[in-house]
Amino acid sequence: MATITWKMEDGSEIAADVKNGLNLMEAATANNVPHIEGECGGCLSCATCHVFVDPQWFAKTGEIDDIEDTMLEMTDVEREDNSRLSCQIIASDELDGLVLYVPEPE
Amino acid sequence: MTAPIVIVGAGQAAASFIARHVALSNPRSVLLIGEEPHPPYQRPPLSKKYLLGELERERLFIRPLEWYREQNIGLRFDTRVDAIEPDQHRVLTASGESIAYDKLLLCTGSSARRLPDAMGGSLDGVFTLRSIADIDNVASQFQAGRKLLIVGGGYIGLEAAAVARKLGLEVTLLEMAERILQRVAAAATSDYFRELHQGHGVQIHESARLARLFGENGKLRGAELESGAIIDADLVLVGIGASPNIELAQAAGLACDIGIRVNDFCQTSDPDIYAAGDCSCFTRNGQTIRLESVQNAADQGDLVARRLAGEDVRYTALPWFWSDQYDCKLQIVGLNQGHNHTVIRPGAGAASRSIWYYRDDELLAIDAMNEPKSYAFGRKIIEAGISPTPRLVADPMTDLKALAMGK
Ligand SMILES: Cc1cc2nc3c(=O)[nH]c(=O)nc-3n(C[C@H](O)[C@H](O)[C@H](O)COP(=O)(O)OP(=O)(O)OC[C@H]3O[C@@H](n4cnc5c(N)ncnc54)[C@H](O)[C@@H]3O)c2cc1C
Ligand code: FES
Repeated sequence: MATITWKMEDGSEIAADVKNGLNLMEAATANNVPHIEGECGGCLSCATCHVFVDPQWFAKTGEIDDIEDTMLEMTDVEREDNSRLSCQIIASDELDGLVLYVPEPE
Repeated sequence: MTAPIVIVGAGQAAASFIARHVALSNPRSVLLIGEEPHPPYQRPPLSKKYLLGELERERLFIRPLEWYREQNIGLRFDTRVDAIEPDQHRVLTASGESIAYDKLLLCTGSSARRLPDAMGGSLDGVFTLRSIADIDNVASQFQAGRKLLIVGGGYIGLEAAAVARKLGLEVTLLEMAERILQRVAAAATSDYFRELHQGHGVQIHESARLARLFGENGKLRGAELESGAIIDADLVLVGIGASPNIELAQAAGLACDIGIRVNDFCQTSDPDIYAAGDCSCFTRNGQTIRLESVQNAADQGDLVARRLAGEDVRYTALPWFWSDQYDCKLQIVGLNQGHNHTVIRPGAGAASRSIWYYRDDELLAIDAMNEPKSYAFGRKIIEAGISPTPRLVADPMTDLKALAMGK
């Protein structure tokens, strides 16, 4: 189990306990985090699950593979060094306390 | 008290409508009526990970059941709507209940086509792939060594073939057209997937017309082709496409074509009734289009929620689609209808390439096989209205990212 916190641009936050093995796009939609849609259900075809990872946590969220790296070019809000597609981050005990920032398209 | 917004059909389009309705804090109440016993769920994994047994049922649900309750969405599952009475602004359920609506949204989806009984369609051992119930029925039959016959070489049939091979079944696939994927893709894409499946041991027969399935005591034994050839089978999957669920709309007098006709706002011929997803059809570039994709269902559902919240938006979304077979990820962007030539762009590896569809000089669509760059940058290229020359596209040294940025 991991407690994940999503921080919005307006300063509001949503925190939730996420079961190990679930991806953080699923966790976000289940907890009503705005702007995370996850249209393709986590199969790297929509890029609607984009998040910025708190830099302190970035390395712990795992490797970015080639497909994710390419799909990050398609996000609504332009990618940065700490961008991830959250459907590719899998909850685990090591991620307990993780903080994600949710980009807001204009 | 005004009547609620009533949604008929609890699938992908309905879920997307509700998510946007909630996100926009629209205070109007919503009642979701669905025939299936589940909250809206994703169908794409049905013929992929769920059939393979790698995904629990709850993870198919687009949002957990509690989420709808927390958002005060009225829920009526296991409930079929039998009629719409547009003049009275109400729908009638199969149990005879009458439910008033202020606005009505039809998200009734489509149904898998079946083989007629006369062709053996109702024999024990013949399945379709559309719903959780369908997969739960067939999954226990997917045992190594059994002989599976797939009728129809579309994406769903091909995905099921890939799962079956992974699980060790013997797989034969029949396609009545000259080539698999003929209805939806160019020959180059068909060639790619034919090779992929043959390489994994699937027997593919194209231009092969099924005469009938036959059995013994109601239990399937095999298939006879029009050529007279006999194929033994322990089970048959029928993947011959889907028909839109438009009967309700037709009976209510709404304009229908290859689907329920909608305008740019997803509005039917009755301004208080909207339609979204597989059941609807619309006009684009002079063509009547009906799409069966998550993108279309989700974007149309989203659009209706925005309209009902007063936003001035029209449906102009660029279509996209995906399919997973073995280790191949196919990603499609655009609509290839009306193309008159294609260009093949080689990818980095032997199993990666993309097919670019053109109408004269205009780029319409791209099928990208293990080629996410063609998909991601191709999408930007199409959105920007750029049509690179076939020569540029065919040259693997061309930098797609630069093209997408107009360089
Ligand atoms: C096996 C499979 C694999 C797929 N793979 C992909 C893929 O990889 N990528 C992709 O983009 N798309 C894929 N699709 C297509 C995609 O799932 C559909 O386009 C999408 O689900 C359509 O959403 P919808 O809301 O229009 O209809 P649906 O999700 O089908 O929902 C319609 C619902 O309405 C209910 N209903 C119908 N009539 C009534 C009534 N009278 N009263 C009450 N309820 C009613 C139905 O029972 C159903 O639950 C796949 C589809 C299938 C079946
Ligand atoms: S959910 Fe589509 S890419 Fe993450």
